[in-house]
Amino acid sequence: MGRYVIRRLIQAIPVFLGATFLIYAAVFAIPGDPVRALFGERQVAESTLNAIREDFNLNDPLLVQYGKYIQGVFQGDLGRNFRGRPVWDIITSAFPVTLRLAVTAFSIEIVIGLIAGVFAGLGRGRFIDNLVRVSTIFLVSIPVFVLGYTAQLLFGVELRLLPIAGLRDGWLSYVMPGFVLAAGSMAYITRLARTSLVENLHADYVRTATAKGLPRSRVIGRHTLRNSLIPVITYLGFNLGELMVGAIVTEGVFNLPGIGRATFQAVLAQENSVVVGVVTILVMVFIVSTLLVDLLYAVLDPRIRYE
Amino acid sequence: MSTLLPQADRADVPPAAHLLAVEDLTVEFRTRRGVVHAVNGVDFHLDERETLAILGESGSGKSVTAQAIMGILDTPPGFITRGAIRYRGTDVLTLREEDRRKVRGQKIAMIFQDALSALNPVFSVGWQLGEMARVHRGASRSEAKRAAIELMERVRIPNAAQRVGAYPHEFSGGMRQRIMIAMALALNPDILIADEPTTALDVTVQAQIMQLLAGLQDETGMGLILITHDLGVVADVADRIAVMYAGKIVENARVHDIYARPAHPYSEGLLASIPRVDQRGGKLEAIRGAPPSLIDLPPGCSFHPRCDYRRDNCTRDVPPLYEVSADRGSACHYWQEVLGAQ
Ligand SMILES: Nc1ncnc2c1ncn2[C@@H]1O[C@H](COP(=O)(O)OP(=O)(O)OP(=O)(O)O)[C@@H](O)[C@H]1O
Ligand SMILES: [Mg+2]
Repeated sequence: MGRYVIRRLIQAIPVFLGATFLIYAAVFAIPGDPVRALFGERQVAESTLNAIREDFNLNDPLLVQYGKYIQGVFQGDLGRNFRGRPVWDIITSAFPVTLRLAVTAFSIEIVIGLIAGVFAGLGRGRFIDNLVRVSTIFLVSIPVFVLGYTAQLLFGVELRLLPIAGLRDGWLSYVMPGFVLAAGSMAYITRLARTSLVENLHADYVRTATAKGLPRSRVIGRHTLRNSLIPVITYLGFNLGELMVGAIVTEGVFNLPGIGRATFQAVLAQENSVVVGVVTILVMVFIVSTLLVDLLYAVLDPRIRYE
Repeated sequence: MSTLLPQADRADVPPAAHLLAVEDLTVEFRTRRGVVHAVNGVDFHLDERETLAILGESGSGKSVTAQAIMGILDTPPGFITRGAIRYRGTDVLTLREEDRRKVRGQKIAMIFQDALSALNPVFSVGWQLGEMARVHRGASRSEAKRAAIELMERVRIPNAAQRVGAYPHEFSGGMRQRIMIAMALALNPDILIADEPTTALDVTVQAQIMQLLAGLQDETGMGLILITHDLGVVADVADRIAVMYAGKIVENARVHDIYARPAHPYSEGLLASIPRVDQRGGKLEAIRGAPPSLIDLPPGCSFHPRCDYRRDNCTRDVPPLYEVSADRGSACHYWQEVLGAQ
């Protein structure tokens, strides 16, 4: 197991390099001069601009720029933005907001998605099942910003139940954006859990459990649910990363100062070091969460062994 | 039967109930394509120490009959629409689910064809074996583990103490079926239903499993219902045979009687289809035609489209189970002719 983890982490290095280079190149390729844009309409001496360019290695070819950047990263230096603020600082102030949002969404989708999925699966073909199925189709097919604005209007403006935007109300501020961000994945988890449960309810070993004279609650709780959860867990591993990415839109709608907003602003300003820094964090979240899921998978299913 | 009873009551004592008596059992599956008449009025009984083999081609309703007895039918789509299943005289179909559950596993147990899929892949075999003691007997974890090891030893799994924590996929097919048997026997049931317990195994292992079952039956005195395609196995271990066709028992007889002279054209065809060592070179006779659709059963005798003894009334009149002799029945209008033909 330990060897497996180490191997997975080593495999992550090329993924990490590839992803950061691609992003670096993409921002590099954006037309326009970020340094001149920095001063807007003001007249600035070419020598001043050049000094800034030199300072940020902008006169070097792409590969050299990237090389210098990565060298810094491995020395623990993520660089600065054009205004001199350290990227690390930007990330550490924005990241907790996004993380809280993602964790809120993650908890919501797990709790509600699983409960709805299990009830729909157990009551297959009945009212609850149809209700769940219709509402999940509804949730999956609505774009996030439509859902977001609708929720703001309904729960914020009309009913005044929840804060509309911003972070002024502590954890309450995360409830509505959390639900909006979770909506799609929650619907997917519901369907996944339902399908998997229905399939497993017909498995031979569930029949065996009944034939053993076990109470129905135990047949379901012990013998069916655990196996049914395996595909859901797999999905959750990818989903945590997905949520971080999805947070970019949600943060925009709800005006939350998270990674999403920081990235958006950095892309507009062509601040390569900020964009790549954020992406690096996201790549690491992806790598770690998929690794965790694979390990959890082995705990849930003894047929899987990692060497 | 009991000298403790006062003389006067003696006449009222009912004849001792069979260990298991299935009466007029009828099961249908309500599917989108229509109603599948999987079991159509099955009668049989089983006594202690007795082995009843249920024989019949694929789709004849053997497994569905077993599932109905166990109470593990897929409902919906499966429904028991008629009949009774009496365990020591009590119709279990009339019991409340809670009481029915106490019959399962404790009084009547079952093993399945494919032990790999019948065992839960995510729990160790020791856990699954011990679960019987924990749930039904309130055993502690350590007691349950000890019980699991004992059970594994009882079905002769080598190194039971070391292997108790292993998972189903870590055992061979034969060992897995032994584990299923151990689980079924955990609470010393009176009846064991074995649904094609050896079909998924290779020949030498098949023989070992059958030997094990026969030995355990001798030890415990349980009644055994053995569902199988394998006529060779039947001849060795069964006392009686019930031959099923299209959801009905068409012949019910002692093993040597039916092997000597079948009394139903379908049994005759089945027996003729076994390759025999003493008939080398002779052609393998198969029953011509295909089994009928269970959604749209032929009128009269279900077997008539494939039968060489068919007369006009066979397409009209459903044959009852005629009494051929005591403890022998045949659902053929012309059973005498079939008997005489050999
Ligand atoms: N869950 C179900 N839904 C619909 N039809 C079913 C179901 N289970 C069984 N049947 C039908 O009942 C009939 C009898 O099936 P059964 O499994 O008892 O056959 P069998 O005699 O055990 O055959 P085999 O030797 O292949 O195991 C089959 O035609 C089958 O299609
Ligand atoms: Mg079967």
